[in-house]
Formats: sequence, C-alpha cells, structure tokens
Amino acid sequence: MIDFIRAFSDPDNVFLRIAIYVATLSSISFGIIGTYVVTRRISYLAGAISHCVFGGIGAGLYVQKKIGMTWFEPMYGAILSAIIAAVIIGLVSLYAKQREDTVIGALWAIGMATGLIFIDLTPGYFDITSYLFGDILLLSIRDLWMVVFLDVLVAAVSLYFYHVLLAVCFDQEFAGLRGVRSGAFYILLLCLTSLTIVLLVRVVGIVMVIALLTLPAAVAGQFARRLWQMMLLAIMFCVLFTWTGLALSYSLKLSSGPTIIMIAGITYIVTISLSKLRKKIQFKSE
Amino acid sequence: MRNDIPQETPMNERIAELKNVSFAYNREPVLENVNLTIKKGEFASIVGPNGGGKSTLLKLLLGLLRPSSGELTVFGNTPEKVRHRIGYMPQHAQFDIQFPVTVMEVVLMGRLGHTRGVRYSKKDRHIADRSLEDVHIANLAKRSFSDLSGGQRQRVLIARALSCEPDLLLLDEPTANIDPEAEVVLFEILKTLNKRMTILFATHDIGFVSQTVKSVICVNRCVVVHPTSEITGEIIKDIYGGEICMIRHDHRCSEEGHEHD
Repeated sequence: MIDFIRAFSDPDNVFLRIAIYVATLSSISFGIIGTYVVTRRISYLAGAISHCVFGGIGAGLYVQKKIGMTWFEPMYGAILSAIIAAVIIGLVSLYAKQREDTVIGALWAIGMATGLIFIDLTPGYFDITSYLFGDILLLSIRDLWMVVFLDVLVAAVSLYFYHVLLAVCFDQEFAGLRGVRSGAFYILLLCLTSLTIVLLVRVVGIVMVIALLTLPAAVAGQFARRLWQMMLLAIMFCVLFTWTGLALSYSLKLSSGPTIIMIAGITYIVTISLSKLRKKIQFKSE
Repeated sequence: MRNDIPQETPMNERIAELKNVSFAYNREPVLENVNLTIKKGEFASIVGPNGGGKSTLLKLLLGLLRPSSGELTVFGNTPEKVRHRIGYMPQHAQFDIQFPVTVMEVVLMGRLGHTRGVRYSKKDRHIADRSLEDVHIANLAKRSFSDLSGGQRQRVLIARALSCEPDLLLLDEPTANIDPEAEVVLFEILKTLNKRMTILFATHDIGFVSQTVKSVICVNRCVVVHPTSEITGEIIKDIYGGEICMIRHDHRCSEEGHEHD
C-alpha cells in the first residue's frame, strides 16, 4: 500500500494519476446508471450492449487501419455501436415480449463475432486483451475529458427527470398510463447505459462490465431506502472498489480490472450474506 | 350510428360501453362478443377463473390493449383519450419488493400526468396526502415501500390510483394475498370511495365480495352481468365449470360447526 501511495505522488507516474482520476470521476456515472440498471433489472441487456461495443471497436479499427480514415478512433466505433445496440435492444424488449431473451442473446454473440471478424480483416496485430479485460493504466487525458462529459450528461438527465425515471423503473405500465412516454424514457435510459458501458470497457473490459456496473449498486441497495440514496452509496462503493482494486493490483503486480471486480464481488457476497443472517436473527427474536 | 345520439345525451351516466367486443392473444380468443355497460356510481366485481379474461377486460378499458373487433368507449371516448380520468391499481405481485422507494413517492406517481413538467407541485403533494388519508395510511407516508405488509402495499397502490383524482377506479385483484381482516377494511374503504367514483375490480374470490358490491360481471371468455342478489350456485357453477360451494359469510355456525343431513 505504501509503495502505491509513493507511486501515486511520483510526478513521473502520470498514468497512475490519470487512472485514479478516471476511476473516481467515472464512479459518478457508474453509480447512477448502475442503480437504474439494478432497479429496472436490465443487467442482462447491459451485458448484451457491452458485447456489441466490441463489434464497434473492431469496426472502428478496420475503418481506421484498412480504409485509412485515421481520425476514426476505435472509440468512436464503440460509441456508435453502443447507441445502435441500445436502441435495437430497447425496441426488442419493448415489443418482442416472448422471444426477448433469445433475441438479446443473439445480439450479444453477434456483437462479439462482428468485432473478432473485423479484427481478422484488419492488417496488423492487435492486443485485444485490453478491450476484453480492460487496462485502466492505458487511459489518457482525453479519456478523462470524456468521463467529465459523460458525468455531466448522466447527472443532468437523472436529476432533471428524477421523478419520471423513478416511476418508469418502478412501474413502466402505470407511468405510461399517466401520459409519460415510458418507452422513450426506457430507450433514453438504455442509451445512457450504453455510453457508460463504453467508458467502463476502458476501465474493466467487456467481459467484466456488468460486474462493475451492477455490484456497487447492488451493495448500495442493501442499505438504501430511496433511489437517490442508492445512487450516492453506489458512487461511494464504486470509488472504494476501484481505488482499493488499483492499489492492490499495483502492489501485488496483478491486472487492475480483475482485481477491482474481485473486491466488488467479495464485498457483494459478504453484504448479502450478512443481511440474510441479520434477517434470520431478527425473525428468531420476534 | 354514434352520430344519431344527440350531443346533450347525459354521457356522464354511462361510464363505459362495450359493443360486441372481442379480444384474442395470438389468435387465442380471450373475450368473445362482450356487451357491457357500466353506469355511473357502479360498484362492480369482475369475477371468473384465472385466465378467464378479467385482467384483459380491465386492460381493454384502460386502452393498454385494443379490441380485435367491436366498439369500446369510456366516458364516450377512446380509452387513450380519457386515461387521466381513470385510476388503476395493478396486481401487486408484479412489484420488486426491494425497490428503494418511499410510500409518498409511490403515491405521487399518480400525479405524473397531471403536473406539466417534471417536478411535483405543492398541490400534488396535498392530493397525495389526501389519497393516503382516504385509505387510512397517512401515518405510513415516510415508510419504505419494501417494509410494508401485503395489505398495506395494496392500499398504497390504491392511494396511488386515487391521487390521479379518477372518476373511474379499476382494481386488479385487490384482495389477493391479504388477510381476511385487511380485506374487510379494504371493502369499507372502497364503499366510501364509491360515493365519489365508479369502481370496478377483478377478483377470483366471490363469496364475500357479493355482499358489498352492487353487481357482478362474470367473465369466462364471454361476459354475463348479475345483480348481486341473483348470484346462485348455478351461476357460479356455469362460470367456474365445476361444483363449488358458496361460503355463507352471513351465517355463523356454532363453534363446533354444524352437520349436514
């Protein structure tokens, strides 16, 4: 731990400082969107979106390297594919009631396959592990600005539409009956989720996105009594998980993504076990 | 046909009207040729077996589903246009028990269509308070929805429907999963509310209900309406398709019970 703090304060260690800044600032979006994903129960949809993001990254690399549009960063492809996936998945889950899970499962796999095929077609060698498992230490100043932009967007939308989104997450049908365009709000929520996922992919990678999106919110849900409390707690837990994960991975020379997820996962399991135990004791004493 | 009706006809007398309405889910008929008129001040129970079309009938009245054929009007209009006048309480089993929300927040959701904008006004909060008082749970306003019992949760959902300030109140299985004492209180509340609004509710439990309600709409693919005094074992048998005993809630046996001869 001491060497982590020393490394953090070392002026030459720019990458570590950016990593900590990104982790802290992006926790705002992760906490807020994670709360919506957990309460609206769409973590499965979020998983599908994250795998479609890989398709966009592959396509982005192809466009940049093979077609020669050098300004087209893979990140642009990722954002584009995430938004498209969010809209398609949103429409599928709104209108294709019966086969929803099959369609979403198919999109999940197709997104992944598209990415791999584009990477095959693109000349040169790419290390895809940083996309799959994330590498927070590869982040740049530009990523930091992206995080700030996303934070402002997510916080503004969820503050302005707080009551409407609460109603849509709690009971979409009823909200619709009250004249709220609940389908549109649902898709808006999925679009914000997909942007957050693009960012998360940079931090923990495609495979573990769902974990960092849902675990802080799920832990927060054990203590929170209102939606905004759950958001604030989720943000705090997300900061806690990423900081300790980074510190631990630095000291033990482990990959940052999996370390963060391990800490989040263990905390989640411990908290739900403790709350189950507490309820049992309460029940017995009654 | 509709144009023949003079405009001054007191439409407020007829809350809802169904003419030869049929509905099918994926070609599977759920309701067939339903003719039904709901008059103002009605307190009717929609009874029938599970899957008989009770919820479908409510959803048609709300405009959540559209009839496959036939004509359906609510307040003389299509349901979509008059939704702000209808309060709806869905089955409470569908809710996520762990959702972090307070009772007040749930009840305020009923005000959503009425407030222009995205914030609740003072008036909205006042109406929500009054709705909670109407169902005798003003003391629970600050409590977490997840901490409540089934019966209390039911009443919160009724309060949410009331905060829409409806002229027609639709309730889907308000008596499901609540204990008999809570049910008695619930019907006392509904009886009072019936003075201000027309009430329709779906239930599969019929014996008790028939004493407080004014008429019974029996739904099992087709619809038959009976005034409450007419309900006999024969009618119930027709609807449920089997021998069922009606529980005589108006009759009390001695503690040892009584013997049939």
